[in-house]
Amino acid sequence: MALQAHEKTRLIELFARMCLIRAFEQRVSSLYREAEIPGFIHTSLGQEAVAVGVCAALRDEDWIATTHRGHGHCLAKGADVDGAMAELFGKATGLCKGKGGSMHIADPRKGILGANAIVGASLPLATGAALSSHVLGRDEVTVAFFGEGAANQGVFHEALNLAAIWQLPVLFVCENNGYAEFTDSRTMSRRESVAALGHAYGVRSAAVDGNDVEAVFAVAEDAVDGCRSGDGPVLLEAATYRWQGHYEGDPQTYKPVEEAEAWLARDPLLLARGRIEAQELSSAAELDEIVRDAEARVARAEEFARSSPYPDNAEIFTDVYAD
Amino acid sequence: MSTLTERQAVRYMDAIREGIAAEMRGDDTVCLIGIDVGSSGGIFAVTRGLYEEFGPERVRDTPISESAFVGAAVGAAATGLRPVVELMFMDFLGVCFDMLLNQASKLRYMTGGLLEFPLVVRTQTGAGRSSGAQHSQSLEAIVAHIPGLKVVMPATVEDAYDLMRASIRDNNPVVYVENRRLYGRRGYLPDSDEEPLSLGRARVVRSGRDVTIVTWSRMVELSLQAAAALAGDGVEAEVIDLRSLVPLDDETVLESVRRTGRAVVAHEAVVPFGAGAEIAARITEEAFDSLRAAVVRVGAPPVPMPFSPPLEAATIPDAEAVAAGVRKAMAAS
Repeated sequence: MALQAHEKTRLIELFARMCLIRAFEQRVSSLYREAEIPGFIHTSLGQEAVAVGVCAALRDEDWIATTHRGHGHCLAKGADVDGAMAELFGKATGLCKGKGGSMHIADPRKGILGANAIVGASLPLATGAALSSHVLGRDEVTVAFFGEGAANQGVFHEALNLAAIWQLPVLFVCENNGYAEFTDSRTMSRRESVAALGHAYGVRSAAVDGNDVEAVFAVAEDAVDGCRSGDGPVLLEAATYRWQGHYEGDPQTYKPVEEAEAWLARDPLLLARGRIEAQELSSAAELDEIVRDAEARVARAEEFARSSPYPDNAEIFTDVYAD
Repeated sequence: MSTLTERQAVRYMDAIREGIAAEMRGDDTVCLIGIDVGSSGGIFAVTRGLYEEFGPERVRDTPISESAFVGAAVGAAATGLRPVVELMFMDFLGVCFDMLLNQASKLRYMTGGLLEFPLVVRTQTGAGRSSGAQHSQSLEAIVAHIPGLKVVMPATVEDAYDLMRASIRDNNPVVYVENRRLYGRRGYLPDSDEEPLSLGRARVVRSGRDVTIVTWSRMVELSLQAAAALAGDGVEAEVIDLRSLVPLDDETVLESVRRTGRAVVAHEAVVPFGAGAEIAARITEEAFDSLRAAVVRVGAPPVPMPFSPPLEAATIPDAEAVAAGVRKAMAAS
């Protein structure tokens, strides 16, 4: 079946956005190991297709709330790369003036309510954002990203239930990367899947291959359309894999080597690239150029972050309370 | 100060409702969220009539699911609504604490000021009705300890109204703590056309030269009873109603203590690590040279609230406990 022109362009755009996240996360990983970036770092390497596929289905005015592993979601929603990198460095030019860091990166100007370091918190917060849209009559959808580990938190169940009874325009996106911190998630619940829990609360649910960016986009677009037209919340479970440890520096002794290798072979970028090449949507040279552009963009962001000042000490006392 | 115009006496609980209603009439983004706050009017009937006036979109009954609805109120506050969310008993902070401890209080700071959280968490306390240890706690010190939250505890009908309006207008998360034993107190509403009080202004309820009693919520009336009894012994106590713990009106407290040289802090909460300790420390740090005696704390002993009526009555600080605290402060030369 021949693709429409805009579909050809879209796949290349999705690939390019994933390349940006890949380059960002790889560079952040190195910078953290070199002690250039302080604090805790949780990269989304291997999970790029979920962030990009879902956010491509959103409008600028739509909202996302995300997790401690949230760099990719922010970049996918349009966060400025310079500001994002500077935030991770704790610099004054960061998106949050260096006061949030990796686990709290946010940019409400782009509809990004922020990463959150409490597992499961994105769900009730996103439900609240959707409540604002609903009550104020704004044609917006909110996405809550969370991991399968969060599905064992009470707020997961509470937020699904509340969003369901109020029929709110919220899309709950579970990135099931197989591991909750150091633990195989299958050993921590006897449920069949996270998506299956949606039915228990009367929430429409779907499962998707989280490494197939086109599939993620297709199911997200359908879910977002439903949310926007007043059909209530949707729970989407995207199966993917966390390439790196829970945190940067985690030795990952708990992961079977064969399992990790099998998932590496299903690299979401390679899958997208293979599809682009097979359909002759773009040449290898052009795709290499996209990869190089992404790396160059991240290098510029790194330079911006390095050359930016730290916040003034007066910032310690600002933003505690609003006027 | 607002002037009294509506001459019909109303109850403290009516004043709370009227405060919410006044702001809901003036601002379509104000909404009410909580368990049974809608058509049933709330477990104490505080919100009765609001559902009928403002409808189901803005007055929302919730499941018994505090983490979800307080959390949703936080998310809604960040995105355009001004939610007033009811936490039925202050003890229930325990089931949704993350939403205040790690979310509402910190998300503004962590986003470098990009987000605002105009949110009121209405809750109530007030031991004395054999409600048991899980429905009787005054936990204001716990929330006052968290930077980013404000804590309001009205003692009078007029303040219940004014401080509710001010809390809703505030662009920060405010924990508004009612005392259910004050719900039936009668008084007069301030003029609704007037700007409400700003938060953080204490009120000198009674003037006195000998000792300063710093207090809030229901302990204000008990402190006034104590002051009346002490006056018979020739001790003139000044009584200060803080109205809010955060922000705290240090200036009014310190000015008084510098005059009287003695201070008693009286609250219903347990004494150890309570708000009284913080206020005593501030007085000691800022007015040490004026003090003629150590600051005395009056409150409940560090026990869970007992159920049995005589045990409970003996556990809650009363006017006599405040008076005893004052005598202790007076005894020190």
